[in-house]
Amino acid sequence: MKRKLISVLIGAMLATTPFVSSAQSAKKDAPKATAGAVKLSDGIVKIGVLTDLSGSYSDLSGAGAVLAVKMAIEDFRAMEKGKAFPIELVSADHQNKGDVASNKAREWFERDKVDMITDLVTTSTALAVMPVAKEQNRITIVNGAAATLITGKNCTDTNVHYTYDTYALANGTGKAVVKQGGDTWFFLTADYAFGHALEKDTTATVQANGGKVMGSVRHPFPATDLSSFLLKAQASGAKVIGLANAGTDTTNSIKQAAEFGITPKQSLAGLLMFITDVHSLQLKATQGMFLTEGFYWDLNDETRAWSKRFFEKHKRMPTMVQAGDYSSTMHYLKAVKAAGTDEAKAVMKKMKDTPVNDFFAKNAKIREDGRLVHDFYLLQVKKPEESKYPWDYYHVRQVIAAKDAVMPVSQSECPLLKK
Amino acid sequence: MFDLLGITPQALYSQLLIGLINGSFYAVLSLGLAVIFGLLNIINFSHGAQYMMGAFIAWLGLTQFGNWIGSPGMQINYWLALLLAPLLVGALGVVIERTMLARLYKLDHLYGLLLTFGIALIIEGLFRYAYGVSGQQYEIPEVFQGAIDLGFMYLPKYRAWVIVASLTVCLGTWFVIERTKLGSYLRAGTENPRLVQAFGVNVPLMITLTYGFGVGLAAFAGVLAAPIFTVSPLMGADLIIVVFAVVVIGGMGSILGSIVTGLGLGLIEGLTKVFYSEASAVVIFVIMVIVLLLRPAGLFGRER
Repeated sequence: MKRKLISVLIGAMLATTPFVSSAQSAKKDAPKATAGAVKLSDGIVKIGVLTDLSGSYSDLSGAGAVLAVKMAIEDFRAMEKGKAFPIELVSADHQNKGDVASNKAREWFERDKVDMITDLVTTSTALAVMPVAKEQNRITIVNGAAATLITGKNCTDTNVHYTYDTYALANGTGKAVVKQGGDTWFFLTADYAFGHALEKDTTATVQANGGKVMGSVRHPFPATDLSSFLLKAQASGAKVIGLANAGTDTTNSIKQAAEFGITPKQSLAGLLMFITDVHSLQLKATQGMFLTEGFYWDLNDETRAWSKRFFEKHKRMPTMVQAGDYSSTMHYLKAVKAAGTDEAKAVMKKMKDTPVNDFFAKNAKIREDGRLVHDFYLLQVKKPEESKYPWDYYHVRQVIAAKDAVMPVSQSECPLLKK
Repeated sequence: MFDLLGITPQALYSQLLIGLINGSFYAVLSLGLAVIFGLLNIINFSHGAQYMMGAFIAWLGLTQFGNWIGSPGMQINYWLALLLAPLLVGALGVVIERTMLARLYKLDHLYGLLLTFGIALIIEGLFRYAYGVSGQQYEIPEVFQGAIDLGFMYLPKYRAWVIVASLTVCLGTWFVIERTKLGSYLRAGTENPRLVQAFGVNVPLMITLTYGFGVGLAAFAGVLAAPIFTVSPLMGADLIIVVFAVVVIGGMGSILGSIVTGLGLGLIEGLTKVFYSEASAVVIFVIMVIVLLLRPAGLFGRER
C-alpha cells in the first residue's frame, strides 16, 4: 500500500516538475486568398509563436510575444488593404525545455504546415528547434534567446537571431562597468547554455578592457534561494558581482544581495535585465545599475507610438523581446510578399537583402550567419526622484553603434561566414 | 582540515547557517503535508499554491488593501498578515475539504492527488493572470532590518527570525499532536474513525479542521518567505517538489520525521553548495533514491 503510494507520488513529482503544459492554437479567420502574385506552399502562411507561456520568462516574452506577433499580422493586413495572403497564428508553451520545444516544432512543421517559428525564449529551446527547421526547410526567428552560439557554432542558414545576444550585452554592460572602476569581477551564473555563454562573453570583455575575473559560481535554474551563492561571491572580494542569469533569478539575487549587506559594498551588474525586472524590483532597489538592451520604449516618437499601442492591449510596456517579435514578423511577412513564395530559402534571401527600417531598428541588415546587426543602448536605471511618469526607468547613456555591438565576423565560429 | 578541503571555516559555517534557514522552510512546509497525509491520507499537491497564496495575501495586505477600501494609508502589516494569511488560506482549505476532498476519502490516493494538483494549477493560473510572473517585492519589517555580525558572516536579522518562528511552530505542532488529548483524538480518529465516533467525537469536523490547519501552515511559511523571496505565482511550484522529496525521505505522515528531515536536508543542501554547487539541485533527490532503496517507508515511517 505504502510502496504503491510512494511510487505514485514520485511519478507525479517527475511528471509535473514545471506545472502547466498547455498548447493553444489561436485560429484567425484569414481573409480569402486574393494575392495572386504570391505562391504559397499550402495556400496559407502559418506563423508559430513558441514561447514560455507559464514559467519564469513568461512576462518578458509569453503572452506579450503572442500579442506582438498578432499586432504585426494585423498591421500587415491593414497595409495590404485587405488583399494580403492568408495568414494564421498558432502559439504554444515550450516550458523552457528543449525536448518539448523540438517536439512541438516537429509537429507544427510536419502536421500543421507551419512556415515560421518565432520568439523562442530560452537558449536551450532555440538550439533545439533550429536544426529541426533547417531539416524541414522552414524559418526560425529567434527573439527571446540570447546565446551567441545561435549565430556561432550552431548557426543555420534558415535562422535569424533578431533582437539581442550575449555578446552585445557583455560588450555594452561589461565595458561600461569596467570603465566606471569596476575592474574585478565574480560571476553568479545560471547553470545552462545561456548563463555559460553570457559569462564567457563578459569575461572576454572585462579582460579586454583591463579588468580581472576572480571566479564564478553556477546555480541551478530556476533557483529560489541565491544567498549561499551570493556569499561565495562576497567572499571573493571582487568589486563587481556579474549576474549571468535572468528573470526571477536576477530579481532574487538583487533582493538578497541587499539583505546580506553585500550591496552597496560590492556592486551588482545585471547582465541580462529586462524592463519587466526593473518594474518588478522598482527603482529604489535598482537605481544606478547599468544594463544593455536592444530596444527601449521611450527612445523617440516612433518607439513611443508603437509601445503605447502595445501598452493599451497588454497593460505593460513592451520588452525588447516583444518589440523584436513584432518587427521581425513584419519583416518576414514583407519578405514573403516580395519573394512571391513562402519557400524558406527564397524568403531568407529577401530578408537578408532588405534592410530593416522601422521603430525597432534603422537600416539594419541581417548578416549571413543570421545576426541582425542593429544599434544597442547602454542604459542606466534612474533614481526614484528622476522618474517622471509610469515606466520612465532609464537614462540612455550611450547608443552602441551596430558595428560595435555585434560580434565581429573574424571572431565568429559560424561556418556560413567562412565561405 | 579546512585547508585540505580548500575552503575556509567562514564559508562552511555561513553555508550551514543558510542551509538551516532553507531547512526551516522545508520543515514547516513538509510538516503541513505530513499532518494532512498522516491524518487524512490525502497527498496535498496544492500545498505549494497555498504557500504562494500566503505570501500574496501578505503582499496584497501591505500594498493594495488600502486602495481597495479607499484609504491608501491603511495597511495590513507583517504581524497581522502572519496571523491573517493562515486563517484566510485555512478557511479556503476548509471549503475545499468540505466541498471536494471529503468525497474522495474512500477512493485511491491518486484521486486526492489529482484533485489537489488541479486546484494548484487553477490557483496558480489565476494569480499568474492577475499579477504576471515577474513578481512583487515585500519590504522586510522594520524591526528586522539590518544584520547581526557573527564574525564569520552577516546574518540578516530577518533570517534569524525565520529560524526561530518556524522551529517554534514545528515543535508546537508536534507537541499538540503527540502529547495532548486533542492530538490523541486526532490520531485515534484516523486509526479507527467509527470507534472514535462512537465515543461521541465529531470525527468529520476534526478532519476538516486538520486540513485547514495543515494548509494554514503552508500560508504561514508563505508569509515568512515574502520578505526574502520574490513574491510570484510560481514560487510554490519551484519549492513543492523538493518538499515532497523531504516528506518521502522523512516517511509519509511522520510528524517528527518531516521536521528533522526538513532541517537535515537543508543542511546537506548547504554543504553541497560549499563543495560542488552544481549538484545542489540534485542532492536531495539522490538522497531520496538511496533512502527508498534501503528503507522504503522513509527514515521515520512505519511500513503498514
